[in-house]
Amino acid sequence: MAGLAAALVLGTLGLGTGQKSYIASAQEKMPMMEVKIDNFTFGPAALTVPVGTTVTWINKDDIPHTVVSTDDSKTFKSKVLDTDEKFSFTFSKAGTYPYFCSIHPKMTGKVIVQ
Amino acid sequence: MAGKVKDEILHDHNHDGIDRRGFLKCMAWAGTGAFCVMQGGVLKSYSLSRIPELNAKEAMGELSFVQISDSHMGFNKPANPDVAGTLKAAVDKINGLSATPEFMLHTGDISHLSKPEEFDTVDQILKNAKPKDVFYVPGEHDVLNDDGKQFLERYGKGSKGGGWYSFDKKGVHFVGLVNVMNLKAGGLGTLGHEQLEWLEDDVKHLKHSTPIVVFAHIPLWSVYPEWGWGTEDSAQALAYLKKFGSVTVLNGHIHQTMQKVEGNVTFHTAASTAFPQPAPGKADSPGPMKVPAEQLKSVLGITDVNYVQGQHALAVVDSTLA
Repeated sequence: MAGLAAALVLGTLGLGTGQKSYIASAQEKMPMMEVKIDNFTFGPAALTVPVGTTVTWINKDDIPHTVVSTDDSKTFKSKVLDTDEKFSFTFSKAGTYPYFCSIHPKMTGKVIVQ
Repeated sequence: MAGKVKDEILHDHNHDGIDRRGFLKCMAWAGTGAFCVMQGGVLKSYSLSRIPELNAKEAMGELSFVQISDSHMGFNKPANPDVAGTLKAAVDKINGLSATPEFMLHTGDISHLSKPEEFDTVDQILKNAKPKDVFYVPGEHDVLNDDGKQFLERYGKGSKGGGWYSFDKKGVHFVGLVNVMNLKAGGLGTLGHEQLEWLEDDVKHLKHSTPIVVFAHIPLWSVYPEWGWGTEDSAQALAYLKKFGSVTVLNGHIHQTMQKVEGNVTFHTAASTAFPQPAPGKADSPGPMKVPAEQLKSVLGITDVNYVQGQHALAVVDSTLA
């Protein structure tokens, strides 16, 4: 985050070609995080990420699972994920996003986007 | 002779037809093949190896049906790479029963991933069973991705709402319930308000002496909530059944046999035809349990149920596929 802030400051001040290169490098370094589904648990169960992060869930169980946000509008909802299948969602707004496996509702997790 | 006396439970301290010690003994046998029968209000239990000693009258009721569960067609992991083969073995077992069951109940998880070809395969295999009628309730694996639309199209003709229904056979009232839809985060199986209202109305006009059989996928009793093995609002459903003298609740989902008696209600879960799951809390998760290949059929099974008119409760018999 510190680096990002520094780049923004440089960009605002219009020092050299800082702004342009910052955008390019930001795209290359789009934050990515992984949540592993293993033994009927989301790991980590609570994940904190910066805005713009793409979170990928991967199912390592022998049993299918889903990743479904618990809000009424179902901000994100995966298809059923069989073993080794993945689901990704990019969090573009800050907030707390609780989710669960709609097949095994005891499995819950949350993504905190800052 | 001494052995024979030892295995029969003849005490009924509370006059409720249940001998506590005897019941525990019956529980201990569950999973290895036990035969528990209520006769004249007394629970008797026999190990499966002694079934041939029982006379035909005891073994064959006026109404006989069989429960199978958790076929998980499409599952192909090491716990059982051939779930079609073990389902066929279950059909062979059913066809070999001394009294041909009149129909079958499938208590859900027919398929593993709700794929049409998985349902097709099960349908094909079950066509070879002597009983031709099959009554289904869905498991959570049967309603993936489409809120159960496909399940209802295939198996839900004449059912209400999310697939619940009832029917009568030889004086026994059967109720198929659905507790795998609209599950809430952190929760257990759910019946829901609409289904509960329907159930109350469905049984309201029945005589108290009518034997009731309720079947649903997830247990309607609290087996192990930590693993989701229970149903949030099952107490409400059971309250509507309190007035009946004989209620038998048949479930699946937990891939192991288990039995509990509470007043006039006998709860029973069937083995899977596909793969076993660990005993409650005995593993990190309820995932498929791997056993040596040669032992697999001894942890899979079918459940045979007999009802004799005039007798208090139904006899529930678990047999392994071994």
